[in-house]
Amino acid sequence: MCTMIAHQVKIEGRGKSGPDWIEVREAYVSYDHPYDLPLEHALNIDFVNEAVGPSARVAVELSVDAARQLVKTIQAVLAQADERGVLEDRPLAAVSASCSVQS
Amino acid sequence: MHTYQTNQYEGMIAETVTMRGHNGDIINAYVARPLGAGPFPGMIVIHHAPGWDEWYRECTRRFAHHGLVAISPNLYFRDGHGTPEDVGAKVRAAGGAPDARVLGDLDGANAWLRSQPYLTRKVGIFGTCSGGRQAFLAGCKLKGLDAIIECWGGRVVMSKEELTPNQPAAPIDFTKDLSAPLLGLFGLEDKSPTPEQVDQHEAELKKHGKNFEFHRYAGAGHGFFYYDRAAYRQEQAVDGWKKVFAFLDKNLR
Repeated sequence: MCTMIAHQVKIEGRGKSGPDWIEVREAYVSYDHPYDLPLEHALNIDFVNEAVGPSARVAVELSVDAARQLVKTIQAVLAQADERGVLEDRPLAAVSASCSVQS
Repeated sequence: MHTYQTNQYEGMIAETVTMRGHNGDIINAYVARPLGAGPFPGMIVIHHAPGWDEWYRECTRRFAHHGLVAISPNLYFRDGHGTPEDVGAKVRAAGGAPDARVLGDLDGANAWLRSQPYLTRKVGIFGTCSGGRQAFLAGCKLKGLDAIIECWGGRVVMSKEELTPNQPAAPIDFTKDLSAPLLGLFGLEDKSPTPEQVDQHEAELKKHGKNFEFHRYAGAGHGFFYYDRAAYRQEQAVDGWKKVFAFLDKNLR
């Protein structure tokens, strides 16, 4: 793209793409040309699973203000959950293993 | 510009082909050409950063409609296959396609064109966005190009902080090696390249006595040819295409 401002991060989670949920293992975060949002540049997040291929992708494109609000909101929600002692701060792999043992 | 008459026969073939790119790798490409023995000038069409998409297929056919054999190599071939958008998003996250690989693929496209029996001896190159930058870079680094069209090439001018492993050098630093006439089209409201960067680009071309013409459009930003984007500017785009075909008539015919 034209700015080439992009970062990649390993994540654990699920994303909904069409009618189906997919496992997402990486997130691509960039400030560059969006595909659909009518702005020259946007904060783009692609939740992907590289092992599956380029089509395993859940994408969002945000304005700068929306991206900043989202970051604040995520931090606020996590802080509130932490204060209430309900934060399940452990890797997904460990949760899956635990579920497997219980069943 | 080639203007068809209503009583004229017209035909075109457009299809996916394979070609050898960087390091001799086989990649795919989209080719469009007028029917007939020719000979026709050639055109290398560099897709933009968002991907090897429908706009670029139409753009390739547009050059064929105007009497050129046009080839658009899939510069993201090695990044996997899916919709152009999904593959483009992957390349976006990786910081864009590496310059060295792109140049190898563009050189391969030139060789493919020059091996065809219906080609004249002249080949031009066209690109928009990152492809505009790559078109200018190709004009400086590759041999065998006769006309360079750079549309709003972002990051031709790069600070040291902007250099990356994929784009390790600023194309402006190779200006002295530009080997063919250059047409540049830019929007004055663009942020990449900014009007100031276009001015620097122009100053460097003048410094080295290069054959070039730049056109700057008021009321247009980045990507003003893209009719499927909010950035589209009808009046500026129509004039820009006229400039493109006039430039090709002058340099490839």
